[in-house]
Amino acid sequence: MQWISWKPAAEKRTMASYNTRQKTRKTYSWVGRPLLDRKLSHQTYKEISVKIEGCSTQTHIQVGQFVLIEGEDDQNPYIAKLIELFEDDSKPCSRKCARVQWFIRFCEVAPCKQHFLGRKPDAQEIFWYDYPACDDNINIETVIGPVRVVALAPDEVIPMDLKNEKTFFVKLSWNGKKFRPLSPELFAEFDKLQGEGPKCQKPRTKNAESPSWCTAENVAKRIESRHSASIPCQIPTHPAIPTARKKLEFRSFSRTPDAKISQKTSCGSLDSPRKTKRKATFSETTSHSKRPQPDGIKTSSPALKALEKTGEVGLFCADDKESPECHMILRTRVSAVKTTWISETNLTPTRGGQRSSAVPYVDLKPEYIKKREAKEPEAQNEATSISHRVRRKSSLLTLNRIRQQLRFLENDKNDQEEKEFLPSAEDSDSSSEDEEVCAPARERRNPCRTSRNLWPFLVPSVQTPSKTPKKALKPRTPHRVTAKIRSRSLAAQEPASVLEEARLRLHVSAVPESLPCREQEFQDIYNFVESKLLDQTGGCMYISGVPGTGKTATVHEVIRCLQQAAQTSDVPPFQYIEVNGMKLTEPHQVYVQILEKLTGQKATANHAAALLAKQFCTRRSPQETTVLLVDELDLLWTHKQDVMYNLFDWPTHKEARLVVLTIANTMDLPERIMMSRVSSRLGLTRMSFQPYTHSQLQQILVSRLKHLKAFEDDAIQLVARKVAALSGDARRCLDICRRATEICEFSHQKQDSPGLVTVAHLMEAVDEMFSSSYITAIKNSSVLEQGFLRAILAEFHRSGLEEATFQQIYSQHVALCRMEGLPYPTMSETMAVCSRLGSCRLLLMEPSRNDLLLRVRLNVSRDDVLYALKEE
Amino acid sequence: MESRRCLPKGRLFARGFEFVEMSNRKSKNNLLHGECLSQVQRILRERFCHQTPHSNLFGVQVQYRHLIELLKRTAIHGESNSVLIVGPRGSGKTMLINHALKELMEIEEVSENILQVYLNGLLQINDKIALKEITRQLHLENVVGDKVFGSFAENFSFLLEALKKGDRTSSCPVIFILDEFDLFAHHKNQTLLYNLFDISQSPQTPVAVIGLTCRLDILELLEKRVKSRFSHRQIHLMNSFGFPQYVKIFKEQLSLPVEFPDKLFAEKWNENVQSLSEDKSVRDVLLKHFNVSKDLRSLHMLSMVALNRVTASHPFLTAADLMEAAQLCSMDSKANVVHEFQKFVQRKAHSIYNFEKPVVMKAFEHLQQLELIKPVERTSVNSQREYQLMKLLLDNTQIMNSLQKYPNCPTDVRQWATSSLSWL
Repeated sequence: MQWISWKPAAEKRTMASYNTRQKTRKTYSWVGRPLLDRKLSHQTYKEISVKIEGCSTQTHIQVGQFVLIEGEDDQNPYIAKLIELFEDDSKPCSRKCARVQWFIRFCEVAPCKQHFLGRKPDAQEIFWYDYPACDDNINIETVIGPVRVVALAPDEVIPMDLKNEKTFFVKLSWNGKKFRPLSPELFAEFDKLQGEGPKCQKPRTKNAESPSWCTAENVAKRIESRHSASIPCQIPTHPAIPTARKKLEFRSFSRTPDAKISQKTSCGSLDSPRKTKRKATFSETTSHSKRPQPDGIKTSSPALKALEKTGEVGLFCADDKESPECHMILRTRVSAVKTTWISETNLTPTRGGQRSSAVPYVDLKPEYIKKREAKEPEAQNEATSISHRVRRKSSLLTLNRIRQQLRFLENDKNDQEEKEFLPSAEDSDSSSEDEEVCAPARERRNPCRTSRNLWPFLVPSVQTPSKTPKKALKPRTPHRVTAKIRSRSLAAQEPASVLEEARLRLHVSAVPESLPCREQEFQDIYNFVESKLLDQTGGCMYISGVPGTGKTATVHEVIRCLQQAAQTSDVPPFQYIEVNGMKLTEPHQVYVQILEKLTGQKATANHAAALLAKQFCTRRSPQETTVLLVDELDLLWTHKQDVMYNLFDWPTHKEARLVVLTIANTMDLPERIMMSRVSSRLGLTRMSFQPYTHSQLQQILVSRLKHLKAFEDDAIQLVARKVAALSGDARRCLDICRRATEICEFSHQKQDSPGLVTVAHLMEAVDEMFSSSYITAIKNSSVLEQGFLRAILAEFHRSGLEEATFQQIYSQHVALCRMEGLPYPTMSETMAVCSRLGSCRLLLMEPSRNDLLLRVRLNVSRDDVLYALKEE
Repeated sequence: MESRRCLPKGRLFARGFEFVEMSNRKSKNNLLHGECLSQVQRILRERFCHQTPHSNLFGVQVQYRHLIELLKRTAIHGESNSVLIVGPRGSGKTMLINHALKELMEIEEVSENILQVYLNGLLQINDKIALKEITRQLHLENVVGDKVFGSFAENFSFLLEALKKGDRTSSCPVIFILDEFDLFAHHKNQTLLYNLFDISQSPQTPVAVIGLTCRLDILELLEKRVKSRFSHRQIHLMNSFGFPQYVKIFKEQLSLPVEFPDKLFAEKWNENVQSLSEDKSVRDVLLKHFNVSKDLRSLHMLSMVALNRVTASHPFLTAADLMEAAQLCSMDSKANVVHEFQKFVQRKAHSIYNFEKPVVMKAFEHLQQLELIKPVERTSVNSQREYQLMKLLLDNTQIMNSLQKYPNCPTDVRQWATSSLSWL
């Protein structure tokens, strides 16, 4: 579903590009000799120069530099690091591409996951996007210009002197599920980059120092090494990936000396004059960004001039100027560049004609996306891209893709295997379709990633051909295999009549705006959790009550309110985790679920327990409180009670900052089933939900049926009283009312005017649900069955016991039949009758292997049987 | 049939040359009958053995309407529901749900919008197997196959996640049909039921959980938190018809459908069935059967046995067929065996000196095999077979009855029976 929401954006882009196409154009040209790849399929380069038309300056961008890449939001272009530049000549017409490592801005993180960070991110803070499935091939024309990225340790404050708009800071990596500190390898890499930072970061007017070109193998090696360093989970040399990684993470919660050093060097490596200069420029540009600046590059603002003087002009600062501007200018540039490219390839520089037509742009787009998609063969990416393809019913392509994947696996880690990857049949697609394709490929940037794998059944098939053998080795931890019941093709009908509306509101699943009659309990729980949040401590609470008294609903409501409060910063942000004992297959699975919801890791139960204990019991850097709701606590009982013990023990640790809310049905659960050491840790914060009284039930019904006249007042009162007398279960109450509306609707069908639900309707519903069916069953049983029941009664009467053997009853039965003039019942018939009565549990009987000596009891009271038989 | 044969015979003498033709036609008739009959038997056997949703429903219109309305609301409005269909064995629970689903699928807008999951408590004996089956039937198995993740827990959380993702308006409703529902209640912690009912009571993928069971005390089997989540809707099927209706059902079940290829034969067959249902002896047979059980399945069995007697030479059911079938059905199974072994009992009891010991022991073992006698429980294995305490699993009346049916019974056995059983 996500990709549909992309469509307008894509349309906007094209529109914008049409309008302002003619404004600027850039030419891109390679610098240095091409390095032929081993496979000779495409050529890699070390550097590219960008020339802006009308401007004499050139900007050089090197591999390893950080660049801004245009996205759909021009205020916040994407940030990435160039890993590789290459000419992709597998296309009909060759084009310039780059492989990048993405960074992600905080605003691009899914809003529902933003709270995982646990603090306010800085404006300049970005995250290493550790999401291997992400498509990392881009067209070089989308590169806006270089940018500076500085790596910091997780708990380091951002240096004030660098706080300008065009320097970004990396502290953590984000893998789509959680934030993690950067691994030492990454730091080392950043370190290296910072060391040569001045050179790399500096956009030069001239190609002064070309990098030392090496032999092809050498470069390949370098690429490989860089590659391995940049994607930590794919390092081939890394031993025992899953466990080692986890350990690593926990280790790196505390700052490693490595990180510190790298940090220092990264700061120290910046020479001060440039720093100050930069600062000046950026302060200027930030001010620009506040107000719209329509005149683009031609503006001769003092800042620009100053920059030109220092020789740092070029694309870099032009971008600085442009990014605050409106959408269009960026667009223009790109489209213009594209046109250039076309003209280059066609060798017919009919610029105007190309530019004026909208077609080239639209046509190019899909190809570019295709390539991005096809290039990176990570399983997840494939899953998404393929899934959307399936949606478009081009299964052919999917097959093609998978085949390519497999081929790719054979060709070791060679990224430059382009030729195979380009689906040729795609070019003829219509533009609207292409925009759809464009969307999923770009989905990696979409904040909400829930629907990433709508068609997860494709995952296993494509997961095997992952990039490195290491990945293939751990198929049991699918990255994010989620499934969904397919969505309906026809939308669900909305309620048409008053009764239907009432029924919808009366459904237990309907979430009411407020929970009437639980104000006190709500307040108590709210206060408890809030105080723990404010105090930054942990604690336990035990909530009990019979089913259907709103325990879980109240807790959910509390959490919802607290989350709202956290958004407005009334309470510190917290993480909420919910587990349900009934939704576990085994008590120890609770660890697995908590760990997965907390950190997104998957582990076995034992390992998860160890990790959680480590997490909660060891001193860590300050982080947000965790609120854990454990529903159906009694299911977590084990013989050693270790699960319960752990759950209640963690909050007692000062560092844990864990609030545990437990819910169970029985009030005395702690005393009854828990060992004293467990119940002592649970503490005395208890709360019990009393069954609803009739007035409360009535209030609940009235509040649900607000402004909806579907029930007679008496009827509501009646059902409230009935249910209160029986169980006080609100679910029952709602179910009865729902059934009553159905009965009412049905009875009014003939008159065609559904009226109010009356007392009679409700009585019928109540009878239907609560009346015992035994009597009707006896009344409707066959003559012989009734005779057999009579014989049982007679035998009981004779012996004075409540139990008789089949033989005894049989003789009674024969006698009775004789008396009533019925045909003589054979033993087999009687046995069949007996077992039939037994199967519907009118009788309780032993297993039938005892034959004649089978003992039989009545499951109904004698009076009931007599009453039912007398009616005849 | 008789009249049909008489007519050509009458003409035979008048027109000799027609004889050949007629006999030809006769054999042709027989052949034709043979074809028809095989079709008749196929149609009726299908009707008796399968719960095809094509046959009519008897006396359950109210229940049917309740069920179909409920299913429609799930399918069209996306409203979650749960319901139990309770009724004794053979009361047409499965047929009711099959009928309802058939009608539901005929609605155009529904048929593409619904997923069905059938589970049977006898097949899915634990939650693990049940989950596998659900994933398979929801076509999610490609993801949860052994390759991706195999463990029960992962599978389970995966499925719950999948169901949780949906919401009322956009997700495809799923209808869960749990046959032998009571057996699911015996699963550990009733996890599956809890979760199914929980989904039906929370804003997730709309589901309709339909349980079929024959136990009237089904609600008592549910844990209280499971019970609270169940909507308490029960549809009772009680065979609440009387004898006249029973006869009508009998007639309808034996009648051939209108679309039977040979119209003439079908007409005749149906006429015959009509006259059968009015026949007194047939009604007696039916009444007796009705008194024993109102179960329609036993009626099917009776009709089936009778139907087997229909052959090409005997193409229509007669009252005698039915009576014989009834006798077969209500036969005392033990009585058949008893008279064969009566003499052995007798020998064992009294004339032990007449036979050699091994012969008696063999007879004794045979009796034990047939479970006519049974060792008393808790006897030590070591005790000699001659001195084991045994229980007789026969009633006196059964022995007497079988003796009466056994014409060549040795007199000493008869004497033994009259003398020793009279005081027992």
